[in-house]
Amino acid sequence: MSAAGSNLTTSTVVIERADFPCLLDALKTSRYKVIGPKLANGAVVYDELASAAELPAGWTEEQRPGLYRLNRRPDEALFGYTVGPDSWKKFFHPATAVLWQATKNAIGFNVSAPAIQTQRLALLGVRACDLHAISILDSVFAQGTFSDPIWTTLRKNTFVIAVNCVEPGNTCFCTSMKTGPRASFGFDLALTEVVEPDRHYFVVVAGTNRGTALLDKVPHRAARQDENDCAEALLANAVNKMSRKLDTAGLKELLYRNHEHPRWDSVAARCLSCANCTMVCPTCFCTTVDDTSDLSGRQAARVRRWDSCFTLGFSFIHGGSVRASVRARYRQWLTHKFATWLEQFGAFGCVGCGRCITWCPVGIDVTEEIEAIQQTDGIKPRKEVK
Amino acid sequence: MMETKTLEQLLAESDFFRDLDPAYRQMLAGCGRNVVFKPGEYMFQEGEPAHEFHLIRKGKVALQIKVPGRGPVTLQTVQDGDVVGWAWLVPPHKRQYDARALELTRAVAFDGLCIRSKCEQDPKLGYEFFKRFALVMAARLSAMRLQLLDLYANP
Amino acid sequence: MQIRSGSSQNIAMPAPADPMLAQPWCVCRIVRETDDTFTLELKPQNRSGQMNFKPGQFNMLYVFGVGEIPISISGDPTQPRILLHTTREVGAVTRAMRQLKPGDVIGVRGPFGTAWPVDESEGADILIVAGGIGLAPLRPALYRILSRRDLYGRVVLLYGARTPADMLYRRELEGWRARFDLEVYATVDRAMSGWRGNVGVVTTLIPRAPFDPSSAVAFVCGPEVMMRFTVDELLKRGVQPHAIYLSLERNMKCGIGLCGHCQLGPLFVCKDGPVLRYDKLADWLQKWEA
Repeated sequence: MSAAGSNLTTSTVVIERADFPCLLDALKTSRYKVIGPKLANGAVVYDELASAAELPAGWTEEQRPGLYRLNRRPDEALFGYTVGPDSWKKFFHPATAVLWQATKNAIGFNVSAPAIQTQRLALLGVRACDLHAISILDSVFAQGTFSDPIWTTLRKNTFVIAVNCVEPGNTCFCTSMKTGPRASFGFDLALTEVVEPDRHYFVVVAGTNRGTALLDKVPHRAARQDENDCAEALLANAVNKMSRKLDTAGLKELLYRNHEHPRWDSVAARCLSCANCTMVCPTCFCTTVDDTSDLSGRQAARVRRWDSCFTLGFSFIHGGSVRASVRARYRQWLTHKFATWLEQFGAFGCVGCGRCITWCPVGIDVTEEIEAIQQTDGIKPRKEVK
Repeated sequence: MMETKTLEQLLAESDFFRDLDPAYRQMLAGCGRNVVFKPGEYMFQEGEPAHEFHLIRKGKVALQIKVPGRGPVTLQTVQDGDVVGWAWLVPPHKRQYDARALELTRAVAFDGLCIRSKCEQDPKLGYEFFKRFALVMAARLSAMRLQLLDLYANP
Repeated sequence: MQIRSGSSQNIAMPAPADPMLAQPWCVCRIVRETDDTFTLELKPQNRSGQMNFKPGQFNMLYVFGVGEIPISISGDPTQPRILLHTTREVGAVTRAMRQLKPGDVIGVRGPFGTAWPVDESEGADILIVAGGIGLAPLRPALYRILSRRDLYGRVVLLYGARTPADMLYRRELEGWRARFDLEVYATVDRAMSGWRGNVGVVTTLIPRAPFDPSSAVAFVCGPEVMMRFTVDELLKRGVQPHAIYLSLERNMKCGIGLCGHCQLGPLFVCKDGPVLRYDKLADWLQKWEA
């Protein structure tokens, strides 16, 4: 799954900008609901696309720690941004879901689970980091001792069109996490958008037979060498322009042995435990359940909803919360993403998408926090821990 | 003397004196004598002058404090192999609690004044002795702390 | 005799098709154990129902319209048609449970989690150290061991309770004490007048407990502080870290490793535990607020 190698064994084709809407048409004809990037509430979000005209053509994002702005581009690129506050997890791991309903009867109560509505989604514009994130959640929800029927049902029949990033966002660090910028797996089609003064086209590679079949419905031709070279150059350029870096060598052991590092106090002084990071993170999966009943007491339901380890109640057992301090909760989140996740699922939980950095109201940057610990590895706290 | 020899063997088997130089053991045995307490009998009581400590051979002893309105409250019990009493080491050498046998208890009572004077004469003996006593008190203190935490209380 | 130190933990029995769906069980009776602790006795709603569980496993118990909590199974694994759970009254759900009447229905999901390694420990001396309500998840292990008693060496139970009145399963304890093939030592943190037994924390019973540390397996359950100090004493006596098993407790919402709440470091207490081998727990137990 290396992001570095190019797909020399699979032939690339070119779709002209003018023919791009045919891609969505072909998807709709094949009964897919197309989900892709759109502008809403001042951000690029993922929502149903009626047509290619709804894509944020000519828009880009400015992202920094704690800052997100939409800006106009000098060109009309369809995918000239990276990732916004949405991630694709909301389509397979909904923010709220009714698990079951129960009704009292003569001998007790009976429980029934609502049928999970299958869907045929075509995800358009999935970045390489997000492909990894979806795959990571597959390993959480579909490959453990118990699997989540909601995830596995909603995930079926998903058509994925990935888009290679040619301009990394300021908060991105996918190269460090080895998750991008090139999409290398998990897609039916992968596009690299090339915008030149006199031409606008997409270099496309199919990742599955299904992808190839869809291409047949869209005007395309074999890519020329110079077009391939263009796409490759853009990708190489993206790698070079990645400004945020993280050294992941020995990261798990580093975090394990620095459990009492004073940096945790420093970040705790800034962290609001607002849980934004966990909401925007494409791999955070924690949930809670609400057991409800109606006023008559005859109907009850269990609703699952997204939860965050940043809440005080998250680790509550009789007598109090195990992680009572913000310090402990921030440390839990960071250690989970960059250390314990490795033991649990065989890979880092972080894909380097940068969302947590952008959407943190106080601009906490995970790469900066980790680097601070790396540079003072093993330092003992000078003060008493609060 | 017959009694001293038996005591020496006893000390050799006890955890407290086991690794002690046999010559020291012999010396300390000379300060000890066998005692027996019947169930309910007091080994010593709060306020009494403290010039002895006991090594329990067999039995169970409750360390208690009498609380008005509650009667004698047992703080801790000790049994076979345990050492009881440290007030003999520390001025003003007065017992800080009662020690009462819960069942038939056989112990060795050591003459504190005798031991203290032997330790003064031979600091090395003193060091070995206090090393062991410190361990006993540390363990007792540790256990007391856990007891104080009241871990099984309903939160 | 070999303690199979490398053996894997017992995996949870396969749960029904949707592990988030509760199965109805009937309340048989509610037995008051102490002032604040009670045992829920459940039977299946239909004649053919039963729950095959391994000692140490837990169920998620649901009270209609109130909520759901994890509770260890405290009954006899050789009696799968009677399900016992001993719990303390500490919150809304347990309070509601306490008010249930025979015939009321409770939702049950499970059994989940890892089990005490009773099979892997055949041939060893078994030391069971229970603190407070920690005796409840250990009782199924003791039942199981006693049902195949000759497969084990010495079996010793050390039990620490708050006061004599807080001791669980008092009658059963006395029955166990009367056996010739089981050694039972109990102690209380706080005596009442008339108590002539041991007073002191349960760790003080370990140095003199009659077992062979080089061929013993220890099962420990109780408040985490108690377990930490118990492990210290066991290690001091020469019990190997890979021969010590603890049962942990954490906030659980799903019980099946998907909600994330029960994590302790890399371990999901609901599926990697609740019974965990001490050497695998390693430093996580020592890390404050981990």
